[in-house]
Amino acid sequence: MSERTAKRSLGGLAVLRNRHVTGWLQAAPLSLILIAFLILPIITIVIVSFWRATEFSIIPAFSLENYEFLFGSPVTYRVFGATFKYAFLTWAFTLSIGFTVAYYLAFHIRSQPVQIALFLICTIPFWTSNIIRMISWIPFLGRNGIANQMLISWGVIDEPLEWLLYSDFSVILAFVHLYTLFMVVPIFNTMMRIDKSLLEAARDNGASGFQTLVHVIIPLTKPGIMIGTIFVLTLVMGDFITVRFMSGSQRANVGRLISNDIGLLQYPSAAATAVVLLLTVLIVIGILLRFVNIRKEL
Amino acid sequence: MSKMRYSRRSMLKAGGAALAASALPAPMVWAQEIKDITLRQFGTGVSNLNDVGKKVKEDLGFTLEMTALDSDSVTQRAATQPDSFDIADIEYWICKKVWPTGNLQAMDVSKIANYDKIVGIFKSGKLTPESEIAQGTAPHTVGFIEEPGATSFADEQTNWMTLIPTIYNADTLGIRPDLIGRPINTWAELLNPEFKGKASILDISSIGIMDMAMVCEAMGEIQYGDKGNMTREEIDKTFAIFTEAKKAGQFRAFWKTFDESVNLMASGEVVIQSMWSPAITAVKSRGIECVYQPLKEGYRSWGGGLGLSSSLSGMELDAAYEYINWYLSGWVGGYLMRQGYYSAVPETSKDYMSENEWGYWFEGKPATDVITSPTGDTLAQAGELRDGGSFYDRMGSVACWNAVMDENQYMVRKWNEFIAA
Repeated sequence: MSERTAKRSLGGLAVLRNRHVTGWLQAAPLSLILIAFLILPIITIVIVSFWRATEFSIIPAFSLENYEFLFGSPVTYRVFGATFKYAFLTWAFTLSIGFTVAYYLAFHIRSQPVQIALFLICTIPFWTSNIIRMISWIPFLGRNGIANQMLISWGVIDEPLEWLLYSDFSVILAFVHLYTLFMVVPIFNTMMRIDKSLLEAARDNGASGFQTLVHVIIPLTKPGIMIGTIFVLTLVMGDFITVRFMSGSQRANVGRLISNDIGLLQYPSAAATAVVLLLTVLIVIGILLRFVNIRKEL
Repeated sequence: MSKMRYSRRSMLKAGGAALAASALPAPMVWAQEIKDITLRQFGTGVSNLNDVGKKVKEDLGFTLEMTALDSDSVTQRAATQPDSFDIADIEYWICKKVWPTGNLQAMDVSKIANYDKIVGIFKSGKLTPESEIAQGTAPHTVGFIEEPGATSFADEQTNWMTLIPTIYNADTLGIRPDLIGRPINTWAELLNPEFKGKASILDISSIGIMDMAMVCEAMGEIQYGDKGNMTREEIDKTFAIFTEAKKAGQFRAFWKTFDESVNLMASGEVVIQSMWSPAITAVKSRGIECVYQPLKEGYRSWGGGLGLSSSLSGMELDAAYEYINWYLSGWVGGYLMRQGYYSAVPETSKDYMSENEWGYWFEGKPATDVITSPTGDTLAQAGELRDGGSFYDRMGSVACWNAVMDENQYMVRKWNEFIAA
């Protein structure tokens, strides 16, 4: 017994000198935090998603009921369809705006202080909360809102435009407004790392501005675009409050399905939807990562 | 002791002869000990008012802790955590769900001083002897049990009451008369194509479905057996009509919170929608015309009451009875009625309201002076009338009570489909 303990403590010291062990120990704090706050909650959600619920109680017995209902309901497919639609359109708009802004900042502004100043200006809207930025659109876009009044006074329209608010338009507008910066930052970052001599070389070899953009800048910016894409897609696919407010509760995405279930105390069913959403998002990101190796850039 | 005497005196003043006749039914609780008692009350936001807690401390001496939750959480807590509360402030349809769990105990009617003055709706179900009983979970149907411990409800009044009624009202559609410009008198107007893109309904399934049913019935599309307990077929038909209207663009938005309903109406996005009475008041207080429109089919009504936790006993139980008697003795009733709700014992509240207030809120008379809320906001000018008229006009034409259906889960799933449609 005592011999063994002695051996073990000796071994322990030797073990500490082993570089693999030191590596593990160094990684331990972060791993523990991730296990406690990321892995365990997700495991819990997965487990709960197989439970059953009545109006008052949750029955911890294995059942596929939630998934059966989820995959058997046409609403699920429609709502996932809407979620993808929002994600795709938001992505397309944030990418074109974000890329343009980043391009301007990186290649047209020569002095670094000005670059930094302009970059900070981009972040000003983010000094207020998400919700406020979103809700402030409502009086602007409303039937008697500023936008409609302006268009009428200019004589562009006679009747207020109804589709400005509580429509897919307003939802996507709010998303684009909220998340464009998540596109600008990573793209700007990768653009700044592009060696300027490459652009000179392209020009020297007779490339036009457009050719340089397509054959030099875009390929080199891909990792930034990809990081921005992941940000925007995950944010939009997980959102529920923007869709609720900006569509006046008239549209639904997966997040709203989950929040409705939670409101009605149907936690298992909400968990099942959350698991399916998580898998969907992971698959999308998995596909995206096939195209670009973002690790190269980090 | 002095505090107790004060409270007795105010109760006597309010409760008057009835209290004397029943010879101080609540058992005497010693004042110095009562100070240490804390009663934990939880319920929906409507009646969980801090002012009530303060006044309880002042009049009765003990502490009332209040927690406000939304109605789903209230139901869940009452059903699953009986030890987490002493007094549950719940709606009658919640009582229907919760009572069978045995987490609440019945109240001895003989200990309730003002029992005789409680309005008929909560006892026989009839406001006046001629009244017809409305559909849905009418309070009297879940208001009594045969004997302590029973988990099913009695058909008539007994000595054991499940909830002591506290607050109730009749809901209808709110309209913007200035933007509509013609009289509105039926629920069917909600789906009138004239208001395409300018209508709204609330996105709370249990209440929204009732409003929908009122509309479908008024349109003559569906005849319900009981709007408060629909069959699957009736639910399907109702949603079919509303889904069609939604796809045709009838609705501008759906609202979920009080503030949303106020903003939709005040901004003119919506001219007709389901609404709650204080929301109308909030729109009006911005100087915008808004009417809580009485409709010929009648109102959708709701009511709440106080229930005692089954774990309550001894001195705490005595204190709870004391609290309930105090609740019915007038001060709270006056406070609530000046917000546009009704008290279960209106006549005791009269002493706590000015003649002008009583005339305006209860009797449906024109205000003789400015009407203000308990918090001091102006609600009406002299000469104005309450929408819907007097207490008897309003509560006398209730078509349906908020209810919980047997097919609730089916309905909720259909509701989700409707939102996603």
